[in-house]
Amino acid sequence: MTAIPYSSDHADPHRLGRGGGHGHAGTRAEGGSAPKRIVVAYGFWIFLLSDIVMFSAFFATYAVLVGATAGGPGGAQLFDLRSTGIETACLLASSFTCGLASIAVSVRNRLWFYVAMAVTCLLGLSFLGLELKEFTSLVMRGDGPSRSAFLSAFFTLVGCHGLHVSAGILWLLTMMAQVFAKGFRADIERRILCFALFWHALDIIWVALFTVVYLLGAGR
Amino acid sequence: MFGKLSWAAIPLDQPLPMVASGVVAFTILGVLAWVFIKGHFPYLWREWITSVDHKRIGVMYTLLALVMLLRGFSDAIMMRAQQALAFHAPGFLPPEHYDQVFSAHGTIMIFFVAMPFMIGLMNFAVPLQLGIRDVAFPTLNSVGFWLTATGALLVNISLLVGEFARTGWLPYPPLSEITYSPGVGVDYYLWALEISGVGTLVAGINLVTTVLKMRAPGMTYLRMPMFCWTTLATNLLIVAAFPILTATLAMLLLDRYLGFHFFTNEAGGNVMMFMNLIWAWGHPEVYILVLPAFGIFSEVIATFSGKPLFGYRSMVAATMAICILAFMVWLHHFFTMGAGADVNAIFGIATMIIAVPTGVKIFNWLFTMYGGRIRYATPMLWSIGFMVTFILGGMTGVLLAVPPVDFVLHNSLFLVAHFHNVIIGGVLFGAFAGYTYWFPKAFGFRLHEGLGHAAFWCWIIGFYLAFMPLYVLGFLGMTRRMQHYDVPEWHPWTLIAAAGAALILVGIVLQIAQLVVSICNRAALTDKTGDPWDGRSLEWATASPPPAFNFAVLPNVSGEDAYWGMKLRAREEQGETPHYEDVEMPRNSPTGFVCAFFATIMGFALIWHIWWLVVAGAVGAFATFVVFAWRDEVEYVIPADEVERIDRANIAERRAEFAHAGQET
Repeated sequence: MTAIPYSSDHADPHRLGRGGGHGHAGTRAEGGSAPKRIVVAYGFWIFLLSDIVMFSAFFATYAVLVGATAGGPGGAQLFDLRSTGIETACLLASSFTCGLASIAVSVRNRLWFYVAMAVTCLLGLSFLGLELKEFTSLVMRGDGPSRSAFLSAFFTLVGCHGLHVSAGILWLLTMMAQVFAKGFRADIERRILCFALFWHALDIIWVALFTVVYLLGAGR
Repeated sequence: MFGKLSWAAIPLDQPLPMVASGVVAFTILGVLAWVFIKGHFPYLWREWITSVDHKRIGVMYTLLALVMLLRGFSDAIMMRAQQALAFHAPGFLPPEHYDQVFSAHGTIMIFFVAMPFMIGLMNFAVPLQLGIRDVAFPTLNSVGFWLTATGALLVNISLLVGEFARTGWLPYPPLSEITYSPGVGVDYYLWALEISGVGTLVAGINLVTTVLKMRAPGMTYLRMPMFCWTTLATNLLIVAAFPILTATLAMLLLDRYLGFHFFTNEAGGNVMMFMNLIWAWGHPEVYILVLPAFGIFSEVIATFSGKPLFGYRSMVAATMAICILAFMVWLHHFFTMGAGADVNAIFGIATMIIAVPTGVKIFNWLFTMYGGRIRYATPMLWSIGFMVTFILGGMTGVLLAVPPVDFVLHNSLFLVAHFHNVIIGGVLFGAFAGYTYWFPKAFGFRLHEGLGHAAFWCWIIGFYLAFMPLYVLGFLGMTRRMQHYDVPEWHPWTLIAAAGAALILVGIVLQIAQLVVSICNRAALTDKTGDPWDGRSLEWATASPPPAFNFAVLPNVSGEDAYWGMKLRAREEQGETPHYEDVEMPRNSPTGFVCAFFATIMGFALIWHIWWLVVAGAVGAFATFVVFAWRDEVEYVIPADEVERIDRANIAERRAEFAHAGQET
């Protein structure tokens, strides 16, 4: 009989029956709970998915009501693709600078973190400014949200995204203040990670929104 | 200054709501006064209100549910009394009040009884069953609970200040639009649910992450107790469905507050879109409520039959199948919309398909009991009562899934009987089973068995008396929500139903008595073993009540029914001395409570259009989060010595108890 180098308990302490339990110390099924960073990011992903479900309810509503203009103007008469194109460019660029901020965190460079976050903030504000300009000009012309069901759905869908961007900017400034006051602490780093996820998710939603509302709408 | 709010909002001329709110206010003030005079407030604040311990939060959720059950039931018995009296007579509830009563009854029972009861039990038991020390997001968990409490508070404030919705438990437009419901009732409903909906979503995210990312070493997916699986399915449904509710109610709010046209009759609004959206949330909601109950029954039946759960893997598959199918049947709530025969047929068939995994579950429970050594303790009685009752409710559900039948029975009392049949028989019986089952784990003493049995029999007989007549009434053509009627054939059946409600009242009184008697006799009912039912899962492996850190040493899981396996092995081999380490636990935090305080202010201000107060509430809530984010010490350490001391005391107590039991036999 040949000796077995490890007792069966050693190789497979939880009797998972997969053989060779050693050498994979990182797999969670054997080692218990995941590290905090993974748990937090995972939970935040679940939140983002739920947020996307909420947006999909607004998207579905918009799709149902897009033709319900009640004799009022439709997308083709209202949308200015040049302005919304600049909005899109601002938001996409802000995602890039947000990525730079994440890199600055991982190399622990405060200066570049502030610069990248400030640029992200400015780009986000320009996006919001352009959106607000579009909204006010529509309302001034009498094509506000109570004009028709189509415009109600339009203002709600786009406005909901805008509210998310505003909340994101508030969060962004809070994170800058936190790094200023406390530095790159582990919990603050986790929050920046979540913020970055949030900001990029808003980009994804905007891409869908720009396509469905503006590009398809202007051609109608 | 105070928006729409004035002294006219308080219904001084109506005795019924004044008396009711007087009783509620008196009770609340009395409890508060008692707490302050006896000096319990610091303890309550330190140990409960600011607690981020999942066990304490679970207990508070359950307590909220039990209190709101009393409120919801008093609405129910008023409706039964009204219908028993209102034959050729006006009864004692005027129509505008009766409408509020049935709306409040549904809203409270679903959102503030069934939901917190289930979330409370999941919060309490799941981390213990998974063999871990806490949930993924402890402070967020506390925020979720307090936001739910905010919603419940707003609904109860509507009793005294203003009015509640008169639209039914789902505010169908155009009735719920500002044109037809100009009062604040619908606004109370909407803001209460928006706020508590955020709380529910937070709880859902927390529990999904907990089950998927935090399990004891060796606790693979297919070793998790069934309750953990149904918790996972339920919370996945919460995460996927509750945002739809938030969005839908937000649209109705925009219609009411800012003149939007989502669901109005004019300017292109689409009323049927509301039905589709609300039921795209509403049908999954049904399974959000009943899946945890299925999990509880699985635990209870296996434990009290002394056998492993029959067909564990098929049970897992059935649970996840229900989780997906839950999203594919929403249209059966409005077959009469006129979507056409093809659409109705598809949704009818999809509905019947859900009966298949549910049937799998019923057979699994039956086969678990088959050949087992069954103990008829109270939780087991609720489980058996559930199986009989739920099969009946499921059958009438399949009947209603046939579109032509639904056209006849739609909006009748047959429908009311059906959903009470599944929600009382399924969800509430499950909640009571779980409450009795885990009570000794939470408090270290059992509930009185005799009174538990008596309450069960009153409930189940009362249930059949109250709801079987409603099936008959449905066939006799009585529609739901009738304030008065003049059909003589209906009258005897409404009288029987009222008698049934009275018997249920006796059951509830017996449950209160059970709680009081058990607390008074807690010395005699004490359980020192931590395992009063001879349980199979890890929550029974620790002390009752469990220490703050749940497990001194994280358990090693090597199979299904983890604790049963440990007990079997313990007979063969002596346990080695555990190696204790320092335990880090999250610090308590008032964030949840303060946040909910501001949410209450904001909700109330929004209902009454007090805009400056809305802004103040929003700023306060944001400031709370910033203060929370600014704190430097997030966790505290329980030293290894302390952990060892607590654990050794527990082990010694258990050994003594078992040695004592050994001598007796």
